[in-house]
Amino acid sequence: MAGILVFVEQRDGELRKASLQALSEAKRQAAAAGWSVSAVLPGSGVGDAAAGLGAWGADKVFVADEPNLLRYSAEGYAEAVAKAAESAQPSAIFFAGTAMGRDLAPRVAAGLGVGAVPDAVALTLNGDSFNVRRPVYSSKAFAEADTAGKTPQVISLRPNVFAAEETGGSAEVVAVDGLALSIRAVVKALVVVAGEELDVAEADIIVSGGRGIKGPENFALIRELADALDGAVGASRAAVDAGWIDHSHQVGQTGKVVSPSLYVACGISGAIQHLAGMSSSKVIVAINKDPDAPIFKIADYGVVGDLFDVIPPMVEAIKAL
Amino acid sequence: MNCIVCVASVPDTASVIKVGADGKSIDEAGIKWIVSPFDEYALEEALQLTEAKGGEVTVVTYGPARAEAALRDCLARGAHQAIHIVGGEATLGDSFTIAKVLATVLKDREYDLVLCGIQGVGTDSSQVGQMLAVLLDLPSVAIVTKLEVGDGSLTAEREVEGAKEVVESPMPALITCQKGLNEPRYAALKGIMAAKKKPVEEIDVASLGIEEGADPFYRVESITLPPEKAAGTIIQGEDDPSAAAAELVKLLREEAKAI
Repeated sequence: MAGILVFVEQRDGELRKASLQALSEAKRQAAAAGWSVSAVLPGSGVGDAAAGLGAWGADKVFVADEPNLLRYSAEGYAEAVAKAAESAQPSAIFFAGTAMGRDLAPRVAAGLGVGAVPDAVALTLNGDSFNVRRPVYSSKAFAEADTAGKTPQVISLRPNVFAAEETGGSAEVVAVDGLALSIRAVVKALVVVAGEELDVAEADIIVSGGRGIKGPENFALIRELADALDGAVGASRAAVDAGWIDHSHQVGQTGKVVSPSLYVACGISGAIQHLAGMSSSKVIVAINKDPDAPIFKIADYGVVGDLFDVIPPMVEAIKAL
Repeated sequence: MNCIVCVASVPDTASVIKVGADGKSIDEAGIKWIVSPFDEYALEEALQLTEAKGGEVTVVTYGPARAEAALRDCLARGAHQAIHIVGGEATLGDSFTIAKVLATVLKDREYDLVLCGIQGVGTDSSQVGQMLAVLLDLPSVAIVTKLEVGDGSLTAEREVEGAKEVVESPMPALITCQKGLNEPRYAALKGIMAAKKKPVEEIDVASLGIEEGADPFYRVESITLPPEKAAGTIIQGEDDPSAAAAELVKLLREEAKAI
C-alpha cells in the first residue's frame, strides 16, 4: 500500500506543533487516497512521545532513540529518516517547514537521489502525484509545482497553514535499527535566546515595529502589545539595520516570510520587500501616521494615527476583553 | 584556507513580479539582476577568512550569460577568480539538478570551505547548499550567523526558532550563510577596475554531460500572482486615538475574530 512518511520533530522530548500539522495533513491526504501514514521520530528518550503519535494520525511510528540523536544532527537525523523510508517505501515524505525540517528535507532527498519541493501552502493529490502550491519571490507570486514524477516525493509544509487535528488512533511503534551515525558536524549546545520564546516563524500572532517607532527603547511598547495578544515581536528591515533589534525578528524578503492569523504592523510604511514577507497573513492591521503609506493598501484594518498614542489604549482595550 | 562561494544571480528584491507569457515563469523585462543578498554574506565571510588566514576565494555561479555580472560584482569586492557554468534557464528552481551541476564542477577542486547563502532570493527554496553538501560528502551547517574557523575545524552558530545551535565540524565543510554573520562590503571603484582583469573560467553545462531539462526533479505547472485584496477598513485616529484603538480592538474581536 502506498503511503506517506512524516518526519516528526521534537525539542527536549516535546513534539513541535508544526510537525503535528504536517502529520495531520498527511492523514487527511492519505485517508482520501486510501494510503497509510507512518512517522519517523529521531531523538533520545522519545519512546513516550512516539506512542502518542497514533492519536495524530500515524499508523506506524519509526523511532530512532539514540543518545547521539539527543540534539539535532543533520547527518544522524537524515540517516534515521532514510532508514525509515527504506522500510516504509513511501510515495511521499513530509517535513514541517521549520528550521530543522527545511534543513533536513533537502539532505534526505539528495541522499535518496531525488529533489524536494519546499514550503507547501496547499497540496492536491492527483493519482499518485502531489501538486504543491508554494510561494515564490517571497509571496509576490505562487508556483504550482511537483517532483516531475520522481519518488519518493519529498515535500516540506509551511508551519501554521495546515490544521493539526487529533484523531485519536493508536500506532504500532518500531525501532529503527542499525544506524551507523557517523556524525561529523556535531551540535554541542542549544542556546535558548533569553526572553525570546516565541519566534516569528512559529507565531500565530505577530506585532512588528518599523522605522516609525523611532528607537530601540520603543520596542518595549511593541512587546507590550505582543504580550497582550500572546504574540511574537517582529521588525522591519529598517529597524533591524538600524541595530534596534536582532535580525532573527526581521520579517520580509531578506528576513522571515510569515503567515500568521494576525499581523499588526506598527510604524512600518510597507516597502515591497516587507509586504512580500507578510502579505499572506490572514488578517493584517496597520498603524501609521502617514495615510498614504503603502501598508494601508494591503491592510484589512488600519488606524491612521501616532502609534505612541494608539498602542497604549489598544493594550488596555485588549486586556479588558 | 581556500574558499569556494556559490552565488546566484536573482531579481532585485525591489522588483515587481509579473507572470511571463508561458504562464510558468516570470516576465524578465525590466528586471534588474543582483547577487542574491544571502550570497553576499557568504562572499564577505570568505573574504574575511582569506584576508586573515591567506588563501583564495573562488566564486561560482550556474546561470545564463547575464549571471556573469554577478561574478564580476564578487570579483570587484575581492574574490580572486570565478567559474561561470553557463546554462540554467531550463533548471530554474530545480535544486537537485543545480546541486548536481555544482558538485560535478567542484568535486575535483581544492578547498577548505564551501559557502552558500541560505537561499536564492526568488525561488526561495533553501535547498541547494544542503544537497551540494550531500553530493560532495561534506559535513555542513545551515543558517549560520556566527563562524569561527580553527585549525582544520570550525565552530558555527546556527539560527533555529527562538534559539541558536552551536555546531562543531571538521573541515573541509560547507556552510549556508544568514544575515547577521557579517556586514557585506561594497565594491570600490578600484575593485571594479581590477575585476575586469580577473579570470572567469567558462564551462558550458553541456560539456559536463548534463542535458538540461531532460531529467527534471522539479516541474513548475504555473506561476500566478496572489489575488488583489479588497480595500480594508481605515479608522482615522489622529484626533481621538483612544476611541480609534477601542474601535480597532472591537473590529478585531467581533468582525475579524482574530483576537
